[in-house]
Amino acid sequence: MLDNEISQPRPKLIAGAKDDWEMVIGMEIHAQVSSKAKLFSGASTMFGAEPNSNVSFVDAAMPGMLPVINEYCVEQAVKTGLGLNATINLFSQFDRKNYFYPDLPQGYQISQLYHPIVGEGEVLVEMNDSERRTVRVERIHLEQDAGKSVHDMDPNMSFVDLNRTGVALMEIVSRPDIRGPEEAAAYVGKLRQILRYLGTCDGNMQNGNLRADVNVSVCKPGQYELYRKTNDFKYLGTRCEIKNMNSMKFIQLAIDYEAKRQISILEDGGEVHQETRLYDAEKNETRSMRSKEEAHDYRYFPCPDLLPLELEQSWVDAIKAKLPELPDEKKARFINHHGLTNYDAGVLTADVTQANYFEDVAKNRDGKLTANWIINELFGRLNKEELIIENSPVKTDQLGQIIDLISSKEISGKIAKELFEIVWEKGGNPKDIVKEKGMAQVTDVVAIETEVDKIISENPDQVEKAKTNPKLAGWFVGQVLKATSGKANPAVVSELINKKIFK
Amino acid sequence: MSIDKDTAARVANLARISIPDEELENVAKELSSIIGFMEQLNEVNVDNVDPMTSVTPTLLKKRTDVVNDGNQQSKVLSNAPDTREGFFAVPKVVD
Repeated sequence: MLDNEISQPRPKLIAGAKDDWEMVIGMEIHAQVSSKAKLFSGASTMFGAEPNSNVSFVDAAMPGMLPVINEYCVEQAVKTGLGLNATINLFSQFDRKNYFYPDLPQGYQISQLYHPIVGEGEVLVEMNDSERRTVRVERIHLEQDAGKSVHDMDPNMSFVDLNRTGVALMEIVSRPDIRGPEEAAAYVGKLRQILRYLGTCDGNMQNGNLRADVNVSVCKPGQYELYRKTNDFKYLGTRCEIKNMNSMKFIQLAIDYEAKRQISILEDGGEVHQETRLYDAEKNETRSMRSKEEAHDYRYFPCPDLLPLELEQSWVDAIKAKLPELPDEKKARFINHHGLTNYDAGVLTADVTQANYFEDVAKNRDGKLTANWIINELFGRLNKEELIIENSPVKTDQLGQIIDLISSKEISGKIAKELFEIVWEKGGNPKDIVKEKGMAQVTDVVAIETEVDKIISENPDQVEKAKTNPKLAGWFVGQVLKATSGKANPAVVSELINKKIFK
Repeated sequence: MSIDKDTAARVANLARISIPDEELENVAKELSSIIGFMEQLNEVNVDNVDPMTSVTPTLLKKRTDVVNDGNQQSKVLSNAPDTREGFFAVPKVVD
């Protein structure tokens, strides 16, 4: 696909009661770093542990405890920055963001406001074959996660678990370049895909390892372009921030609801107030989080417990040299090298384990045939059983053998599906199974000819009909295949029948 | 810069410190005098001077990604006024 065939998608238009409106969306993605230990302590990051068991005295903010930074987390932030083609800041610094909440024992979160570790980058979000949105990334900074409060175990009490307190997060902040709910979901999807390729975050949204704060505002058509030209936010509407979304579906519903809410306020002559809102999935609405508003004065200041984080360019270069192949490059290579369509390459590179599975099988084999078998048969079967590819009972070498048997015409496509089924259910070596069960395709012309002659002599009426209506020849092919339990090579059968009936 | 009564009340609220109304006037006055004293530093010209982060040139100490702490639930909870089933139990907080 050539770049000049790809354009930016049109912004989604919403019809209000009076006018047409557009939405402008920016996102802050919190991605949990894939580290074993926390950002500033040696406690484990393991999900689902006994409450308050993964807690060091640093995380519990005991007096006199000092934070020591986890080097691996720094490396992952740099790697993520490089993966988004972003500037790496060799000098960055940690600041304290002060607020009180029971799941934040320090009374402040260590974050990076003034000097983040990663500067400007971008994410290319493909919407379809011909449209792609470029979303600018403003910055990525490292920060501590907060603990977890449970509110529904007791009517008068909240319960606090500090296991998540101090786990490393990368906050990836986009510019307001996203122009519709579908684009927002696609942006999260693309970012998740890149993070998983890089191995810097596992992207598990269900466990909250990837969550998004979504900033939504609305404007009249044309205003956004003025903002891009001048960089002046006065052309955009007042934004509201929807906190803590961890589902692609709900992100879209929440944005849709929020944009419509703002439009109806504005069309009634009202004003949108900048505020933090929460999405209620049960009612499909957003509502104001007033309690957070009062505490909005975070009184940031440089964290006196931590020296500035200074990196060597050579260290950054070494990480860059070892960067894995990223989704866009891999997709282009699958198209150019393995001869796949844009669609097939997109499906296979959606996840790095899928892409690796494909490459294992496609090595020295026909790429298109391999892609068809993985996408249609394997993925179809995995979806049906709700399995992920890591747990596929059919391994790459087994699928490879099945494809070899098809390529060498030893088995027909139909038999191959039966063979796949046997390998899926019972395992085993496909080549041996074909031998044992006598599944090999009969390409022996003499043997097939015997069957053809038999069918022709048994059905003289059909032969007469076929002579006036050549389409009926297919019926004979079917009969022969049936008689040979599908093992006869259909091309050979068809050729013989044509020769014998229409000669 | 002088701190008025309202600012003193707001700062106290943000720091979760309760100050009776009749003491606010005095607290505001004290804060103003402390800030006034510190403001003498503004007389020093620090243009083009980087903030000093350490008295000796030192690099930030780092740790490797190894789990070597935690598994001490009872110790972590031992100072808590109230606990339930391994959790800290606190007065209900809901957004």
